Amino acid sequence: MASSVYLCLLRAVFLVCFVNPLIQGLSEDESVFQNPHHQQEENLTGLPIVTFKWHHVETPYLVIIWVFVAGLAKLSVVELNHHVISVVPESGLLIILGFILGGIVWGADRAQTFKLLPPTFFYYLLPQIILDASYFMPNKLFFSNLGAILIYAIFGTCWNAATVGLSLWGCYEAGVMGNLDIGLLQFLLFGSLIAAVDPVAVIAVFEEVHVNEVLFILVFGESLLNDGVTVVLYNVFDAFVALGGPRIDAAEIFKGIFSFVVVAFGGSFLGIGFAILLSLLTRCTKHIQIIEAGFVFVVGYLAYLTAEMLSLSAILSITFCGICCQKYVNANMDEKSVTTVRHAMKLLANGSETMIFLFLGVTAIDTEIWVWNTGFILLTLLFVFIYRIIGTFLFTWMLNKFRLVPIEVIDQVVMSYGGLRGAVAYGLAALLDEDKIPEKNLMISTTLIVVYFTVILQGITMKPLVQWLKVKRAAHSDLKLIEKLNNRAFDHILAAVEDICGRIGDNWWTRGWNRFEENYISWLLMKPKARKNRDYLFSIFHKLNLEDAINYVSEVRAQTGVIYCTILSFVWFSQLAFVSFNNKVCNTFTYNQGRYSDCNAIHLKDTIPSVSLDIHGQDRKNAMDDINAHHLLQQHLYRSRKHHRHKYSRSHFSINQNEDEVQEIFQRTMRSRLESFKSTKMGVNPAKKITKHHKKELTHKVMPNGHPDGTEVEGLCVFLPHLIEAGIENPVFLPDMDSPTHSPPWLMETEAVAPSQRAQRRLPWTPNRLRRLAPMRISTCSTDSFLMADVSLTLEEHEEHSQTDHVEM
Amino acid sequence: MGSTNSTLLKIPNVEVLMQETGFSPAHIIRLHDRFKALDKEGRGHLCPHDFGAIKELAMNPIGDRIIGAFFSPGKETVDFHTFVKILAHFRPVDKDRPKEPNSPEPINSRSNKLKFAFQLYDQDKDGKISRDELLQVLRAMLGMQVTDEQLESIADRTIQEADLDRDDAISFEEFRKSLEKINIDHKMSIRFLR
Repeated sequence: MASSVYLCLLRAVFLVCFVNPLIQGLSEDESVFQNPHHQQEENLTGLPIVTFKWHHVETPYLVIIWVFVAGLAKLSVVELNHHVISVVPESGLLIILGFILGGIVWGADRAQTFKLLPPTFFYYLLPQIILDASYFMPNKLFFSNLGAILIYAIFGTCWNAATVGLSLWGCYEAGVMGNLDIGLLQFLLFGSLIAAVDPVAVIAVFEEVHVNEVLFILVFGESLLNDGVTVVLYNVFDAFVALGGPRIDAAEIFKGIFSFVVVAFGGSFLGIGFAILLSLLTRCTKHIQIIEAGFVFVVGYLAYLTAEMLSLSAILSITFCGICCQKYVNANMDEKSVTTVRHAMKLLANGSETMIFLFLGVTAIDTEIWVWNTGFILLTLLFVFIYRIIGTFLFTWMLNKFRLVPIEVIDQVVMSYGGLRGAVAYGLAALLDEDKIPEKNLMISTTLIVVYFTVILQGITMKPLVQWLKVKRAAHSDLKLIEKLNNRAFDHILAAVEDICGRIGDNWWTRGWNRFEENYISWLLMKPKARKNRDYLFSIFHKLNLEDAINYVSEVRAQTGVIYCTILSFVWFSQLAFVSFNNKVCNTFTYNQGRYSDCNAIHLKDTIPSVSLDIHGQDRKNAMDDINAHHLLQQHLYRSRKHHRHKYSRSHFSINQNEDEVQEIFQRTMRSRLESFKSTKMGVNPAKKITKHHKKELTHKVMPNGHPDGTEVEGLCVFLPHLIEAGIENPVFLPDMDSPTHSPPWLMETEAVAPSQRAQRRLPWTPNRLRRLAPMRISTCSTDSFLMADVSLTLEEHEEHSQTDHVEM
Repeated sequence: MGSTNSTLLKIPNVEVLMQETGFSPAHIIRLHDRFKALDKEGRGHLCPHDFGAIKELAMNPIGDRIIGAFFSPGKETVDFHTFVKILAHFRPVDKDRPKEPNSPEPINSRSNKLKFAFQLYDQDKDGKISRDELLQVLRAMLGMQVTDEQLESIADRTIQEADLDRDDAISFEEFRKSLEKINIDHKMSIRFLR
């Protein structure tokens, strides 16, 4: 509290004492500074040691001062929120602070020298916020709800614009507003600029409220995409106002509708084009990685300005640029560049948002723009609010007929309440032409009041409303362990059932697109290395599996004569080729190695405790905390396919650990299937051997394999053993098995142990060895492949080979 | 329409199936197409290998259990009726279903959905999720970084939370009770099966 007050005072003092005299001096003595060189020559009596060169640095200095002030403002607002109650959202507080600052400036100047000018806002402050929003957009969630979002964005905005405009006009005709120089078209124009939900305000308010993902993406997506409609409506009605009433006929109206198509789709495709450009650029910057990060911002901004130049929808352009380039840019760029881009983007977006809200407050303190017309202003507020509610419920009712998960009434209430207007509306109002629209100031005043009302008042009441209505929240932090576990299990179940059903209809397009994207688009836009790393692992894995299958089959055929099962195993394994992942081999390898070696260190130490579980049973119970267990579950539960990064936040982002999990799951499943396949075909005896090896593996885990080799292929082959790590088999298909119990290594048969240590110490890799893949493939021991497990012949054979190989080496 | 009727006729006992599961004819036909697509050798029934051919299932930690759920204990094959009946569990719940007093509960009722999930945990079908069974599920769903002691403690805590009659196992009633807060209708329903 004290620190924030101190900061406020500091800033006020700073402004009053330092900046204002400068400005005053500037305005009073302009003539003096007009020709500094001249003046110096005229009045020069001696050598000036230090001169005051205000004129030289004026513009950049003022800009930087305001950025600095904005930073201080944000700091004090956040401190205030921390130490006092956080009732008012940060955006609201910034506006209020802007009032204060504007008051100070106005008090010194008698005029508002620092207004939020539309060009500044639209060209310098808005683009980075939109770029940030789209770069971190959760694509899956966005596209799966795209239908709903488009309905709200297009039809919802048109509805809002039409109803507000027409109602206001109706009231005007009824005489409620007194004498104004406005016509129907101007009302419609005003309606169209006040109708749009503002992305900046939505982010600012919803970020603090944490509603569930679907609700958030609906409101947020709508706020982003409605720019297409807003721009069109605004331009169309602006042109109509300029043309005048009589000249508007069906042709013009048709042109208006057609322009929507052009503007919206043109903007989107332009954005996609720039995304392709950006991806190609990052693909080529292997040798100059330090500047890669800059390209993202430059090209994004280019997309925005180009669309603006072509009178297309600039926000849509930069939105789609961000959305489409995410994946490729992150794959192509160096890790450090990716981090740089993320941090820089968050920084710029935060800064811009702060400045926007601050200036929204400052701009208000200006006697010139305020025109008060009670009827107009109050009616606007009323209509904006009411028609938002009606529109939301209307469109949701229509949408719910087609959605699996209907949008609930409570969510609809929040959605309608979350229709915040913001700086975009103000910018558009300020852009109005005064000659054609004499009541421009009235419109600006009304827009400002609507903005303040929605941001401050609705922002304040949003959190209590959400809590009161018990809206489903994003974070379920107070779930019990079993609920968490089951939640995740249900996700997995659903994903599995959807796969079994082939996702008829729904997912066919998604899968088709994914295939197309993998084959053609990634080929074009991703670095070959990144693309290879995606599926290299598994083409190798697949090859190895196939070769194993071949070997296995040739052994088995001798024993059982079952050819059928060989064909099946081929079919089975060939499916593995489809699987592909998105990680870089080397990075993953080092990451995994680090992780596993830590694990190994722990496990080697823990070998004894984990063995004598029964003894330590009671101690364990006391040792582990409830919190610990929750934390573990939270941390380590595998995420299902649906559970990707859904949360959009202005201030932080999470790192995706999905790829490693998928690997683990995959290899574990494959392992269990191999075991089950063997066990069902080979009978009980070999199955027992499998268990033994598993038990051994459980205690050994993976022996640290410290070959950080330089070459990729070698790294891979060393990595693969880690890939096929010890897993606990899934006993679904092993009806004869007891659940795996631990047994200490020294109790195992020695023959099982010795080769493993040998194999683990030296993982020899020669071209010859590559053919003999089975022993090398399985991590800890050469005896551990299923070949070995079953047939003693093969066991000896392989041991022989391994011995000879060792001899060769 | 003609083609759909003829396809429907090819499936034996299709009216009984539709009545039991509540699927529409269009859905039955689509599921039948899927069944035929999975059944690559055209034998008329599915084996675990056919399910194994679905690539994405390999990446699902409990994929194998779910496959197992399709096969009744002792049987090695799934025919179309069983296939459809299992999938009927995932139909969204009919909100406007009239509550007839003597009719059996539809397959996609909340309680039947829960039973399906329960059976995934309870592999030996004794009506209780024992500590070992829970451990297995946890092991399947948790990453490799979790050590066994941690796993055991999670399992113990989980049972403690849910186990009301202190028998160190979770019965179906306890399971149902512990999941009261979760919206099962949403969490276990799939759109196109509506």
